[in-house]
Amino acid sequence: MERLGLGASEGIAYGKAYLFVGHDLEVVERKVAQPEAELKKLGQALETSILELEKIRTITLESLGEEKAQIFDSHIMLLQDPEWIGQVQTQINEQKICAESAFVNVSQQFVAMFESMEDDYMKERAADIRDVSDRVLSHILGFKIHDLSLIDEEVVIVARDLTPSQTATMNKKKVLGFITDIGGKTSHSAIMARTLGIPAIVGTEHATQSINEGDKILIDGETGQYWINPDSKTLEKALLKQKELDQKRKELEVFRGLSSETIDHYKVELAGNIGTPNDVDSLIENDAEAVGLYRTEFVFMDRKTMPTEDEQFEAYSKVLSSLNGKFCIIRTLDIGGDKKLPYLHVPEEENPFLGYRAIRICLDDVELFKTQLRALLRASVHGHLGIMFPMISSYEEIAQAKVILKECQEELTHKSISFAKDIKIGIMIEIPSAAMMVDTYAELIDFISIGTNDLTQYTCAVDRMNGKIEKLYNPYNPGLLRLIHLAITKANEAGLKSAMCGSMSHMPLIVPFLVGCGLQEFSMSPSHILGSRKLIRSLNFKDCQNLVSKVLSCRTSEEVQSQLKSFQGL
Amino acid sequence: MEKMTTLKILNEEGLHARPAGVLAKAAAAYKSQIEIEFNGKTLNAKSIMSLMTSGLTYNAEFTLKVTGEDASEAITKIEELINNKFNLH
Repeated sequence: MERLGLGASEGIAYGKAYLFVGHDLEVVERKVAQPEAELKKLGQALETSILELEKIRTITLESLGEEKAQIFDSHIMLLQDPEWIGQVQTQINEQKICAESAFVNVSQQFVAMFESMEDDYMKERAADIRDVSDRVLSHILGFKIHDLSLIDEEVVIVARDLTPSQTATMNKKKVLGFITDIGGKTSHSAIMARTLGIPAIVGTEHATQSINEGDKILIDGETGQYWINPDSKTLEKALLKQKELDQKRKELEVFRGLSSETIDHYKVELAGNIGTPNDVDSLIENDAEAVGLYRTEFVFMDRKTMPTEDEQFEAYSKVLSSLNGKFCIIRTLDIGGDKKLPYLHVPEEENPFLGYRAIRICLDDVELFKTQLRALLRASVHGHLGIMFPMISSYEEIAQAKVILKECQEELTHKSISFAKDIKIGIMIEIPSAAMMVDTYAELIDFISIGTNDLTQYTCAVDRMNGKIEKLYNPYNPGLLRLIHLAITKANEAGLKSAMCGSMSHMPLIVPFLVGCGLQEFSMSPSHILGSRKLIRSLNFKDCQNLVSKVLSCRTSEEVQSQLKSFQGL
Repeated sequence: MEKMTTLKILNEEGLHARPAGVLAKAAAAYKSQIEIEFNGKTLNAKSIMSLMTSGLTYNAEFTLKVTGEDASEAITKIEELINNKFNLH
């Protein structure tokens, strides 16, 4: 039977299901006659846990670096702690209770002790202790530990949801694809899947309930269709589709190294979106001409404390220096909304997407902002940098951000630390009030980059994380397209560089419209670059301009779609 | 053999995970019993958990007490480590 979720990352995956759901670690106290057997059980569980943590440490070191890997050193040390483990052993011996009960009793005491500490940092260590003690407890109880980084056979992951850290550390060679219960097309795990080039489906609501461990799962990450134990006919059809996709990918190879220009020589720039320094490989592999968006959030995520200026400097320099002078837009911290940081105590909000996030946090927590800006300035000598401020809704915010940037430049000059003099400054256009004001903002900035995911959400008042109204989240909404046209036109007239880094920039139906609007830079997941170049090279700029005037006079999304389709003879 | 000395925590962040880890690891290398007396409590310096929950913050003064056959060597090394901010800076 065919089932449906939301296609989040295209491609076909077929393989064994790996259910990624937690076990219930409920413990019932048992009296035991022979404590020796329980002590042995405890010892083995500790040993296995330490071995696993050492493996995770190695993997983390390779994928995320020394800083993140050190977290696991302290986890290993916790499991060798003479007080913690000593007290568990004492309880087993003296009270003659089972290993799991003794372990839970003592661990809970320590968790409570950390939770009651005044220092926020120490309070959060309670989570580390819970994390390692759950691992040990699972082993005592004989459960298999689910660890995406330790997967050693080819599987399709089935999960309720995946956190960015789980997605980042999973064994990419073995994970064929993933399918989750919650999330929308632009949720974090979906974006990660596209960057990694792994087929994925999200928002299925009940995949974890309908799929059993070991079932054979077939997913089509483009359409969102999935099958549990598909028949041979379905499988054949899907594999044929995969073959065609591979074939298409091969055909795109001829576009490597060619200029991204229309038949009548109207030239645009095709850039890539990246999240970590490691993504630079896929940029180069896919022939990106620049970086249109480097999301700095990953430098800040999955850690317990704020990254230092030096740590940030290292990440930014690494990206800039590996680009051989290609222009690179780095976006300042865009946190809040669906992306939270444990050490930034942002209170729960009714409407986080309309709340305290991104530049709003940075202008408020000036030290946080300055640390990042100094790191960016110092890194600027290693390449061609553009600094971009997200979530701009007013002139004052840009002006204020620039004052703070200037203070950072003065601080560095004072300390005789060099930075590039030709850094470009830009803003994200994702809020309608900013889109309307591009011509006025022009005196403060060098470029704009339209973030279509948020711009769509804010223009049409559609929560993009809400799977139920996903249909309203519609790129063909004529009001949205008029707004985009306005922003691009005003930017070009004012001599700014106009760019787009949201997912509309590579949608085949929309690209001709954007070319006609005069968009200069199209930034996208690197895997879309060659396909977009092929499309652009088949277009005629004059025709695209005509298309724009037709689209701008449409009344409905449907009319827009039919104009866009007939333009491409579809 | 018993050795004692009075010391101060020089790390500004206090005994956070990393310094506590370095200290516990260093202490575990000796046979002697190594204890910290602070705020009326006696802590096992070989336990990262005890160290982290000790409440030893920046500038806190405490007594380091080492008992055992390798006490002289242990106290010298550990005192050096604490005064060097655990070699973390």
